[in-house]
Amino acid sequence: MARIRTTVDGLVYEDDVEPRMLLVQYLRERLGKTGTVIGCDTSNCGACTVHLDGMSVKSCSVLAVQANGAEVLTIEGLERDGQLHPVQQAFHDNHALQCGYCTPGMIMQSIDLLGDNPDPTEHEVREGIEGNLCRCTGYQNIVRAVQDAATKMKPGAAPTAEAGAKQTVAGGGA
Amino acid sequence: MTTTENPTDAPVKEIGRDRRRKEDRRLITGRTQWTDNKALTGLLHIAIVRSPFAHATIKGIDTSAAKQLPGIVAVYTAADIGADQVQLPCAWPVTKDMRSPQRPALAGSRVNFAGEGVAVVVARSAAIAKDAAELVEVDYDELEPVLDMEEALKDGATLVHPDLGTNSNAQWVFDSGEAGSGGNATEAISKAESDDDQIVVRRRFRQQRLVPVFMEPRSTVVDPTGEQLVMWSSTQVPHILKTMLALTLGLPEHKLRVIAPDVGGGFGGKIAVAPEEVVTLLVSQKLGKPVKWTETRSESLLTAHHGRDQIQDLTMSVTKDGTITGLDVKLLADMGAYLGLVGPGVPILGAFMFNAIYKIPAYRFDCTNVFTTKTLTDAYRGAGRPEATFGIERLMDEAALELGMEPMEFRKKNWIKHDEFPFTTVSTLTYDTGNYEAATDQAMQMFDYDGLRKEQAERRKRGDVKQLGIGISTFTEMCGLAPSRVLGSLDYGAGGWETAAIRMLPTGKVEVVVGVSPHGQGHETAFSQIVADQLGVGFDDVEILHGDTQSSYRGLDTYGSRSLAVGGIAVVKAAEKVIEKAKPIAAHMLEASEGDLEFAAGKFSVKGTDKGVGIQDIALAVFAAHDYPEGIEPDIDAHATFDPENFSFPHGTHLCAVEVDTETGFVSMYKYVCVDDVGNVINPLIVEGQVHGGLAQGIAQALYEEAAYDDQGTLLSGTLVDYTLPSAADLISFDTANTTTASTTNPLGVKGVGEAGTIASTPAVVNSVLDAIRHLGVKDIDMPTTPYRVWSAIQNSSGTSGRADEANVASPGAGLGSTARDMPEGGNL
Repeated sequence: MARIRTTVDGLVYEDDVEPRMLLVQYLRERLGKTGTVIGCDTSNCGACTVHLDGMSVKSCSVLAVQANGAEVLTIEGLERDGQLHPVQQAFHDNHALQCGYCTPGMIMQSIDLLGDNPDPTEHEVREGIEGNLCRCTGYQNIVRAVQDAATKMKPGAAPTAEAGAKQTVAGGGA
Repeated sequence: MTTTENPTDAPVKEIGRDRRRKEDRRLITGRTQWTDNKALTGLLHIAIVRSPFAHATIKGIDTSAAKQLPGIVAVYTAADIGADQVQLPCAWPVTKDMRSPQRPALAGSRVNFAGEGVAVVVARSAAIAKDAAELVEVDYDELEPVLDMEEALKDGATLVHPDLGTNSNAQWVFDSGEAGSGGNATEAISKAESDDDQIVVRRRFRQQRLVPVFMEPRSTVVDPTGEQLVMWSSTQVPHILKTMLALTLGLPEHKLRVIAPDVGGGFGGKIAVAPEEVVTLLVSQKLGKPVKWTETRSESLLTAHHGRDQIQDLTMSVTKDGTITGLDVKLLADMGAYLGLVGPGVPILGAFMFNAIYKIPAYRFDCTNVFTTKTLTDAYRGAGRPEATFGIERLMDEAALELGMEPMEFRKKNWIKHDEFPFTTVSTLTYDTGNYEAATDQAMQMFDYDGLRKEQAERRKRGDVKQLGIGISTFTEMCGLAPSRVLGSLDYGAGGWETAAIRMLPTGKVEVVVGVSPHGQGHETAFSQIVADQLGVGFDDVEILHGDTQSSYRGLDTYGSRSLAVGGIAVVKAAEKVIEKAKPIAAHMLEASEGDLEFAAGKFSVKGTDKGVGIQDIALAVFAAHDYPEGIEPDIDAHATFDPENFSFPHGTHLCAVEVDTETGFVSMYKYVCVDDVGNVINPLIVEGQVHGGLAQGIAQALYEEAAYDDQGTLLSGTLVDYTLPSAADLISFDTANTTTASTTNPLGVKGVGEAGTIASTPAVVNSVLDAIRHLGVKDIDMPTTPYRVWSAIQNSSGTSGRADEANVASPGAGLGSTARDMPEGGNL
């Protein structure tokens, strides 16, 4: 067993974990953070994407011990005071989800993408979420949602949206 | 996109509005109830030990090492929990003499496909269970695998199930001459052979094996600690599962409760009574503890049922001026090792769809289902209809080519005209409404068909490396499964009705209990819109309850684009009953006679006065029950079951343009336009989303996906590295629209949209790939049209690629470029 200390969605956790335990298993099985899901076993699908110190990672490809001392942000930590993150809101507004299973990972990856590229073209969005698979939507409305969120997160756009975006892109804002 | 129009003088109608979905809030914030999320005190976890061999006898199982691992609760062989004696159900015996093998929950003495379960490990955690499963030693004696359908049907072939005496499951034949719905196709074709004014076109097409790949892996939790045994499962069919578990295991049905919580996609892949569900239940009963099973993705690809997998031999006779005179369809359909819940019926659904939108005077359909030592096949989005639509739409192009006709002109010459509806087809279905001309005209205009043909000609002339191809698919499908009497005539094991109940709560809020079971379709939103209009209550005042057999005790679940066209109508019928029950109470409250009342926008009014009472006030009045008329019950709740009188028949015109790199064989999507007529639209946003997702899956069949086996019967595409789903970068934005002819067989005029995109798109894409490179001498390419196959076809320019010879069309390694057998050897059609 190894002792780890992590901040997840703004709360500090200390736990003994098996060295082989994956971050996604730690989130789901130990912390009850079941908003983050597992869709494959070869790190192809991206359903388990979270932010680790502000960067998107597939949490099935990170050991829990590697998150020691780090800040983790999951889909469950995006909402602020009842206010959805602009990317969450854009997914809703653009019907960018159907069954919703890929959605947590897709949203976390989209936020990471917009952090790197605040004004992506359709092509850049498609390339940027290539590591996240969706079987329901054909991606079209996801692409729309990401571009819609980009517009709303631009400086000068709605102030609440901008503040929310800054906090999260910075890695949790805790 | 165009949608149905609302009358401008009416109050704001919910039906037709692009409402954002009610379901989204939980899903975008991670507040979800996937089955694997379920944690119960004392929960145990199981892992299943699976056969690495496709065909073998089990000589012995040594569980001693596994049992010694700390944290292990038990290790069971099939016999230990009676799993070998179980007969998992097949609900569709397609013929009276259908041969049906026993399908156990775990194999006892013999395994018949790679991945079949042979033992189960129970542990404190999933990780320990998986560790221990690795330590179970199974001694196998390998048998010959059975992989090729045509070989499997030959005398002396190795038998998957020796006790059946054959690898043929059933042969199902429809002949329009015998049915009286048309002429004799065999005669028509034979006459055409010797007629100088006709040609006969023969083609063999291959429907490769696919995997549904719902994003949420399957999971089941069973809790035996209450009076009722509770199963949570990631299933499309909680009601069917409950009844089938009772029948299969001899459990009292009233002691069972099945819950489908949030379900992450299905696409037909979760229409099952899965062996793992039964094993989880048996283990929980044995130990008296709650037990969970969750599959890995690799396990899912290997063992959850597959779809498609047919060899199609098609013959069409046609006059030289382009009028079809006969169609003969001969299919071999791979069942895999066992029969799934509706597996044998899937190819048979195609019998009604090969004639498609065309007027075909003589038609014969002959399908033989075949057992092989592969994972079983069952429903996958479209189920039998994509296979048929692919066959006919590819054949239409081939016939047009031989006739020297423009492919759309050939279709126009043969399709049912808009003024010929209702039209009874040669396969005996009556299409109520449709307008193929309107959908096609709009699609051609949106696509700029003529402009793209011009660009294609220019690229040809210049000899561009990237050639343009244009493909057409004008399709219809049968949706809204299904009229119960029709299902009865097809020997299906159940009906096709659907049930809904409406509970009017004291505060005026409304609970609607439905028997259909969503897994991404947006039922909560669409049904709320319907109820809001019917009862005149607020959209947000309606809650849709589903997926729990305790609240929704009666239902037949979600598949076959039936949820709206059948389930939605049950909701309408229940709302009508609520209004009917409320009427005498309203009359009593208003001191008027019932005959003087009218109901509109949620309110009963006395004609010609301003007196009225709202239905939500009546709900409170019957809750108090202080003052209501004599002789009636103080209750306006209602329950309704709707049994459709006919299928519904959405249709559409799909046009695809692809670029094919003639040096690398790489195909990229260039433009995709579709105009679908799905009847009246409840929510255009949801309709558009269903079309997008359907298109992606149909395009994936054409270009990317195949469940390939090697010559030992090992699945080669057992991970998402090898089974290549399209990513966002592989697809383009689609241009979609709707034309509308309302269905006349249900009061909402709806037709269904869940499968349309998948059914229509595959042939449009393949037709476009071939159209791009046919001038290089390429005649056909098997799906998926991977770069390797396209490149090979161009290099050989001799015909079919992806197929070693006519007998071996399984094409091991196809799509992976891994074996020389993928190379064509001049095999020409």
